[in-house]
Amino acid sequence: MSFTVPSHLESELDEITTHYPVKRSASLMFLHALQEHFGYVSKDAVEWTARKLGLQPINVYELVTFYPMFRQEPLGKTHVKVCRTLSCALQGSGELRERFCSKLGLDPHAHAPQTTPDGKFTVEFVECLASCGTAPVVLVNEELHHKVSSADADAILQKGKAA
Amino acid sequence: MSAPAQPAPAPAPQAPPPVETMTVKVNGKTVQVPKTHPDWQGKPQPATMLQAARCAGVDIPHYCYHDKLPVAGNCRMCLVEFGTPMMDPATRKPVLNEDGSPKIAKSVLPYEPGTPRGAIACATPISPGMEIYADSKATLQMREAVLESLLINHPLDCPICDQAGECKLQEYSVQHGQAGSRFVEAKVHKPKAVDLGPRIVLDDERCVLCTRCIRFSKDIAGDDALGIVNRGSYNTISAFETGKFDNNYTLNTVDLCPVGALTSKDFRFKMRVWFLKESKSVCTSCGTGCNITIGSREGVVHCYEPRENDAVNGPWMCDSGRLNYKWIGRADRLREVLVRGTRSTWSAALQDLTVRLSKAPAGSVAVVASSRQTTEELYLLKKLAARTGATTDSVAREGEADRLLVAADRNPNSNGARLTGISFTEAGIRIPEIAAAIEAGTVKTLVVFGEDVTKHGIPAATLAKLETLFVSDILPNATTALATHLLPGAAHAEKRGTFVNVKGRLQKFMKAVEAPGDARPEWEFLHELVHGVTGQNGYSTIEGLFNQMAREVPAFAGLEWAKIGDTGVDVKI
Amino acid sequence: MPEQFKLITKHIDELGYTPDIACYLRHGGYAGLKKALATPVRELAEGKKLSPQEVVREDVKASGLRGRGGAGFSAGLKWSFVDRRSGKPIYLICNADESEPGTFKDRQIIHKDPHQLVEGMIISCWANDVKLAYIYIRGEMPEGARLLNQALKEARENGFLGKNILGTGFDLEIHVHRGAGAYICGEETGLIESLEGKRAYPRIKPPYFPAVLGLYMCPTIVNNVETLCHVTHIVNMGAAEYAKLGTPNNTGTRIVSLSGDVMRPGYYEIQVGKVTLGELIHDANFGGGLRPGRTLKAIIPGGSSSKVLKAGEVFKLNRKGADGQMAKVDVPLLDLPYDFDSLQQAGTMSGSSAVIVLDDSRSMVETLGNLSEFYAHESCGQCTPCREGALWLAKATHRLAHGEGRKADADYLSHIAQNIQGRTICAFGEAASWPVLSFVKKFRDEFEAKGAADEAARAQGAGPVHGVKMAASPNHH
Ligand SMILES: Cc1cc2nc3c(=O)[nH]c(=O)nc-3n(C[C@H](O)[C@H](O)[C@H](O)COP(=O)(O)O)c2cc1C
Ligand code: SF4
Ligand code: SF4
Ligand code: SF4
Ligand code: FES
Ligand code: FES
Repeated sequence: MSFTVPSHLESELDEITTHYPVKRSASLMFLHALQEHFGYVSKDAVEWTARKLGLQPINVYELVTFYPMFRQEPLGKTHVKVCRTLSCALQGSGELRERFCSKLGLDPHAHAPQTTPDGKFTVEFVECLASCGTAPVVLVNEELHHKVSSADADAILQKGKAA
Repeated sequence: MSAPAQPAPAPAPQAPPPVETMTVKVNGKTVQVPKTHPDWQGKPQPATMLQAARCAGVDIPHYCYHDKLPVAGNCRMCLVEFGTPMMDPATRKPVLNEDGSPKIAKSVLPYEPGTPRGAIACATPISPGMEIYADSKATLQMREAVLESLLINHPLDCPICDQAGECKLQEYSVQHGQAGSRFVEAKVHKPKAVDLGPRIVLDDERCVLCTRCIRFSKDIAGDDALGIVNRGSYNTISAFETGKFDNNYTLNTVDLCPVGALTSKDFRFKMRVWFLKESKSVCTSCGTGCNITIGSREGVVHCYEPRENDAVNGPWMCDSGRLNYKWIGRADRLREVLVRGTRSTWSAALQDLTVRLSKAPAGSVAVVASSRQTTEELYLLKKLAARTGATTDSVAREGEADRLLVAADRNPNSNGARLTGISFTEAGIRIPEIAAAIEAGTVKTLVVFGEDVTKHGIPAATLAKLETLFVSDILPNATTALATHLLPGAAHAEKRGTFVNVKGRLQKFMKAVEAPGDARPEWEFLHELVHGVTGQNGYSTIEGLFNQMAREVPAFAGLEWAKIGDTGVDVKI
Repeated sequence: MPEQFKLITKHIDELGYTPDIACYLRHGGYAGLKKALATPVRELAEGKKLSPQEVVREDVKASGLRGRGGAGFSAGLKWSFVDRRSGKPIYLICNADESEPGTFKDRQIIHKDPHQLVEGMIISCWANDVKLAYIYIRGEMPEGARLLNQALKEARENGFLGKNILGTGFDLEIHVHRGAGAYICGEETGLIESLEGKRAYPRIKPPYFPAVLGLYMCPTIVNNVETLCHVTHIVNMGAAEYAKLGTPNNTGTRIVSLSGDVMRPGYYEIQVGKVTLGELIHDANFGGGLRPGRTLKAIIPGGSSSKVLKAGEVFKLNRKGADGQMAKVDVPLLDLPYDFDSLQQAGTMSGSSAVIVLDDSRSMVETLGNLSEFYAHESCGQCTPCREGALWLAKATHRLAHGEGRKADADYLSHIAQNIQGRTICAFGEAASWPVLSFVKKFRDEFEAKGAADEAARAQGAGPVHGVKMAASPNHH
């Protein structure tokens, strides 16, 4: 399958490139946009970005592997990011993540992000989401959930299954 | 108190501008350090602690720093304890000790004043009165801690590592190491034997992430092909696609790698480096004349490595030049003296040639030499030609120049040929003339050195018309096959001599191995031949020969073999 | 009883207060910008004159404003270091990476009052001759990025941004740039590299001080979100009035992020130094005390990187006595005024003003295990001591927390940490080692007891002793 970036996205990215005196600066914004559109950052996306910004593919690949938000495999439709760091851990984010995993049949102890076979969910631990006052917090796709209880977790799963 | 009388120094031709210096102390020794030092691009920059230490003869261990690469400051191996003169905050004057010397404030952690704060010597500029403690207890502790960190995830398989003996990790840990690491956790595992490119293999577990290879590829070779993937302790040197790291300079990264992470496929596990004999030489694959060290053992050349020369190649060389050594040991090397296809002896063949050349009427001889020959050989050939009124030329060999080292001129000694009068502004311009003269029957004797003239304008059919085809070469070709007199010559690695590179740098090179069979360095037998034909006495040593040439060839006036350093001298071209 | 002092958070969480420009203007927004742009030339005593921009820069210095991002460095002084003679453009970057564990104050401003940040930035840019500025916002705040973009658009439409701002001839563009989940992007030179489209590898200093060789090797100012917001208030109030807030050398207000074992976690804006740690934790206006039946065990006072303080500790602080002389005074932990200098004198720092409270139910070994996992995950890996040391610390604390400890691990951990702090390219080295050094130093008994118990259990042939389970690290790679 050939890799095509829709023209509206390409022109959006061309506009973003003008925000910077040096094109390379737009790399992260490109990767965000491509990941949003394709669901992950493929090798093609890396090469496309490099071509657009006049870089070598390794320059872009270095970023994909450095910044934890970028993924090289397709993600689940509902992406559950449970905060692992101290304030959330103190309020039980470890148990929360285990609950998500066991309910979805994922390994509750594996560290790396896991995606359900049906592609509906990806569950992972992330570091402090800067909302420690409402711990434990869970970022579901782009929506931050505060003070997440077991019941809230189940509701998140329910919604994701229906999606 | 009178100083011993000094003879007034002769006024220097151009007095160098006075160097501004700064006084600092290194390990208690006062040194004057030039205020600026050239950076990796040669631009003057404020002198660093590392450079100051060098001025004091102290080598501060380092991994990521390299004189010819941008500074990275990442390995932290060069951390040193230091102090600066204490200032009275009120008067802004230095505080003095009882003996009048300035009081030194050692640098300490701002939040833990009892603990020394090191600075990286490779990137920290010196300041007046600074004291650098390159071997203090605190410095050694910092260095040992960095080594310990580098070793915790290192495979520690020196006995099977290609770099053993040349490895800076091994060397420094022998110097500083502690008995056994305290590390009791599980090691991080990384890819091993990664096929980085056609000539390079990478062992990421051995890598200390100094980024020298990355910086070299990007900033020197202009090929931004290497990078680091992953993060933190999982950082891994990588190319985007394995196998594609293939610019013409990749093997320099093997030289640069301070540990055994990058290895040359050509040289991998072939030979322990300390078994190799090293000989100073010059690459012959193009007119740049990169300085090299030839590694040989038991008469066999095993590798070329760049030898630093800022006037020519810096510390680098190209891969194609580096790998172009295998022909020296080829099985089909010419090893016998042949006269009309029959094995002969040097004395018989030279005797016969002497007679023929002596008797040859003026204008009946032509010479096609090679700009791969040494200047001394070309000089002798020119003498021979002059005696017989021969037309001379050499063969041009052009390619594409790159932006770093490779010259368009693929002959190592085109300027040598020009300066000795063998060739003219444009090499090879007279070859058609020579071919025509053979066809016309005017030229009956052709002397060919180191070139297959059938590929350069004198076809085999033309050569067949000659009475005498006197050829000297190293490897067989269509011209050697037609030779009436074939003298086996020596590769540059098998003799001494000089080349003049495209920019007019005259450089000498040393012998690494013996020539095979009966083969001899060309200058030796040419010397005998010239003696025989011209009756002039010559020199039977390369030193004498060179010095004689220097007296006769204007461009070399004033030069002496013994005074040409290892990195050569500039001559006017 | 001390109360909040709402300067930055004045309207935040106010019923009906929305992030759009109309609402901001209704509440007096952009008056500071207009006032700044109308600043008259100031005549000084010796016949010297300060240009309007210099006046605002001087006022920021005079206000005593210290950076709210972590280091607490004088904002005015930082601005004065900017190389204004290089002929190169000067850039300003707002550090909105907010990722120091425990910190969630910038989030409030960005999401609930974005124009306050935009106004502060425009004034700061104008005062520093900046024509192009960026807001570097952490990737996990997509909504924040949208709100900021919307705010910038509105500001442009209202003539506060873009060409010829409010007819003064001043041109400025501000763009939002998103990070992608790396804590080290909060470190200013890592942030600059990241904004240049590279891995966020902090730069060596010297020579790469942002004020001289920053973004694109041009002079660059990096300030925290909250710091930039204060600039508007300094302009509005005047430097002298502003400096009356807070305490000497610790002026103004600060938003404290309070989390952990308190009844009322949240963000509270206080006058710097006018509220004590004890009040922050216990007063009904603030933390509202610990959970019922619990006692205080420890406080991490300035973000996860700051050195932990132990319940019951007493510190020697320099205080001006009644006679006007400086003297060392004993100050118990809970009486420590929450400000830059007091916490520094107590051997720690106010950092990003994030207070994490730990009660007696918590294991210090596991708490440290959690933090060390964070630093191991976030080390950029550029320099040796941190790259190798941060993961080493995490592995060791994890082992100790999970029943494979040794009595010697307390010293082992301290030694590893000692070999990181002060030896790295950036202050992350301190951030990763300070928690370890302070936890082990102050709770050595607990670390040794855990190690000893594990050793004893192993000697008995029992399996690892597991404590209360706490989350282990994500490992993306
Ligand atoms: C490891 C590390 C992480 C940091 N993270 C942040 C951050 O998330 N936000 C922030 O404003 N400053 C952060 N800083 C501080 C910045 O480097 C810088 O000092 C600050 O943005 C300057 O702004 P200020 O002077 O207004 O405080 C961090 C520093 C370090 C060493
Ligand atoms: S491969 Fe060698 S040169 Fe490259 S970073 Fe690793 S240790 Fe340094
Ligand atoms: S650049 Fe020329 S002289 Fe140098 S190594 Fe390559 S071929 Fe040899
Ligand atoms: S201290 Fe850590 S985060 Fe900072 S540069 Fe070094 S490895 Fe990176
Ligand atoms: S610790 Fe979870 S949001 Fe900060
Ligand atoms: S040599 Fe690596 S930091 Fe100086």
